[in-house]
Amino acid sequence: MLLIHCPYCEEDRSELEFRWAGEAHIARPENIAAISDEEFAEFFFLRNNEKGLTYERWRHIHGCGRFFNAARDTVSDRFLMTYKAGLPKQQVPETGASEKTVETYEATEGDAR
Amino acid sequence: MVDSGADVATRSLPLSGVHGGSAAVRLEVAAPAGRISLRVRNEDVSALSAALGVDLPVKPKTSAFANGRTALWLGPDEWLVIDEGNSGLTTAAANSGALHSATDVSHRNTAILVEGPGAVATINVGCPQDLSLKAFPVGACTRTIFGKVEIVLLRTAEDAFRVEVWRSFSDYAFGLLSQGALDAGQ
Ligand SMILES: [Zn+2]
Repeated sequence: MLLIHCPYCEEDRSELEFRWAGEAHIARPENIAAISDEEFAEFFFLRNNEKGLTYERWRHIHGCGRFFNAARDTVSDRFLMTYKAGLPKQQVPETGASEKTVETYEATEGDAR
Repeated sequence: MVDSGADVATRSLPLSGVHGGSAAVRLEVAAPAGRISLRVRNEDVSALSAALGVDLPVKPKTSAFANGRTALWLGPDEWLVIDEGNSGLTTAAANSGALHSATDVSHRNTAILVEGPGAVATINVGCPQDLSLKAFPVGACTRTIFGKVEIVLLRTAEDAFRVEVWRSFSDYAFGLLSQGALDAGQ
């Protein structure tokens, strides 16, 4: 069983208590009525789907109920770190994985977008 | 209770008449209680604590008991408050004068009391919590998962727990606890 650290409960809890909630740090456009259809599709539908280091929102739905952010390695399924919602994207501490060395779809197959 | 005629609905309690347990664990349906789901901002916690007569705990996984009321920390701004007596919880909260949200969930939840040397083993049949006394001491509480239903778990003594569960899930919860009690009793 995977243990996930909840930054609000301040301890490791079973994955059974959590739900995935999509990619993190996607800012809603300031004036959503003014953007083009392409820009809307980019904001609303298109996700990076990285192989390796990825930033995601998770929710401790069967615990404190809070959304938080997590840096996760999609290859190993390891949670590298978690932090409270609202904080800026955090630098992952010493793990060997970094955004530079990570093999992304864009790097190997070209930009899908 | 006032006898006001046959047209008044009689309250039927979930889990009335059920039996379960084993030599190692006693399963008992808790008496009806008043309950509110309470949301309060940080700055208003002391006002609500004073109004309710019980200090809302601000440390994760902790509860507080005073004046017949138990306040259970569920999240950074969320508590479950249980009153063993005549409730009056929403009125008391309203008298605080502070901004809050109090929803009466007295009839939404029911509770099962799990007691005995096999209590931990019984609950761990469907709950992933570390229930060692170090990680989950007396008074500790949390919302968590039990099998496929959500519960709020409160440790009331070293070998006793209160399992708060939504009433429509209570048959399932009691059934799984009964199975756990049998397993723990072997
Ligand atoms: Zn949590």
